[in-house]
Amino acid sequence: MKTDLQYTVFDEENEYSLRELCSMCRVHAQFIQDLIDEGILSPLGAGPREWRFAAIEIKRIQISIRLQDDLRINLPGTALALDLLEEIEELRRSKRQLERLQVPEKY
Amino acid sequence: MEFKDYYTTLGIERDATQDEVKRAYRKLARKFHPDINKEADAESRFKEVGEAYEVLQDAEKRAAYDKFGQNWQAGQDFDPPPDWDNGFEFSGGGYTENDSSQFSDFFESLFGAQGAGGGAGPFTGQQRQYSGKGQDLHAKISINLEDSYRGTKQSLTLQRPALDESGHVITRPHTLEVNIPKGVTEGQRIRLTGQGAEGMGNGPSGDLFLEIVFKHHAHFTPDKRDILLTLPISPWEAALGATIPVPTLGGKVELTIPAGSQTGKKLRLKGRGLSTAKQVGNQYVTLAIMVPKAETETETELFRNMEKQMSFNPRSNLGV
Repeated sequence: MKTDLQYTVFDEENEYSLRELCSMCRVHAQFIQDLIDEGILSPLGAGPREWRFAAIEIKRIQISIRLQDDLRINLPGTALALDLLEEIEELRRSKRQLERLQVPEKY
Repeated sequence: MEFKDYYTTLGIERDATQDEVKRAYRKLARKFHPDINKEADAESRFKEVGEAYEVLQDAEKRAAYDKFGQNWQAGQDFDPPPDWDNGFEFSGGGYTENDSSQFSDFFESLFGAQGAGGGAGPFTGQQRQYSGKGQDLHAKISINLEDSYRGTKQSLTLQRPALDESGHVITRPHTLEVNIPKGVTEGQRIRLTGQGAEGMGNGPSGDLFLEIVFKHHAHFTPDKRDILLTLPISPWEAALGATIPVPTLGGKVELTIPAGSQTGKKLRLKGRGLSTAKQVGNQYVTLAIMVPKAETETETELFRNMEKQMSFNPRSNLGV
């Protein structure tokens, strides 16, 4: 069993350049450009050289790749699916919370 | 080894046309795709559906599989007869891009472990590449909210594809001790450098991406970094105000409820959520007033007194 593995947590604190993002997700810069044009990713910064991507967006890239590979969904469809998935996640959360607000049978 | 009924898996009849096979597969692939379906068994269902399609989409493999006829039941103990594939030739393609290393022993005993697409496949999905770097792997890791609150170590066993001496793709169990840092949130990814599939030749290993999934908690609901809790209180605590104990992920704390609180009022416990060194998560407590039952005579009398002495109409804003 190995310990002390080298790990990175992708949270709000980390940011990556276009080059780092491409090598991490193993995609071409054009694929990232396409995702930006579709509104799936929104980097900070003026142009490709200055772009900074929040680490949390890696999740969106990975899901995009899988949806396209596994289900043959095109780019606009992928964008729609991602938006709807996030909305479902929100709704599930508030549903769970509402269910807990209901008066229990016994107290 | 268990016999697998691929027709049942896809929910189709044995005489389904190739078009029906394709439609059934596409519908189920969408339904069980692990990025879309959050059920715990989604990933395994997705793989089963992919395996069934791998066989049934190809006329030759389907014909060979059909030789077993209807005598076999799913789950029945099964060993293929030694000459079962006489007259069939599987070397000539007909494989989908699904990753055969994900398929069952049943599939392998019939159609072999190698030969399919070569790596890019369900839920390991990566663009194909020839750089020699090993494939990246993706897995989910289920943890308790308390594990994120404090940070923890968890051991995790994965099936990792590798090449055997003759160059065939096989899977080997691989156990890792994973550090779960304090303050991870649902859906977040952790990358473990070099813990993916082995590289080709001298190429480096791929990376392992772990997706954090929280186990259901009896009381708390996570909302990104925040923790939500519905807190039952008594009518007198709500009316008069009180300092009461509240559970948090870090243990019990005292919370002051202002006088005149109503059901639905939200109070914040700062820093009691899933915090990291730089990011702060809070716990939000939503009050829910519980009314005791009037069971004894004294209790009934108390409510009667309130009725007589308090001019309270909870329906005044409804105009009645």
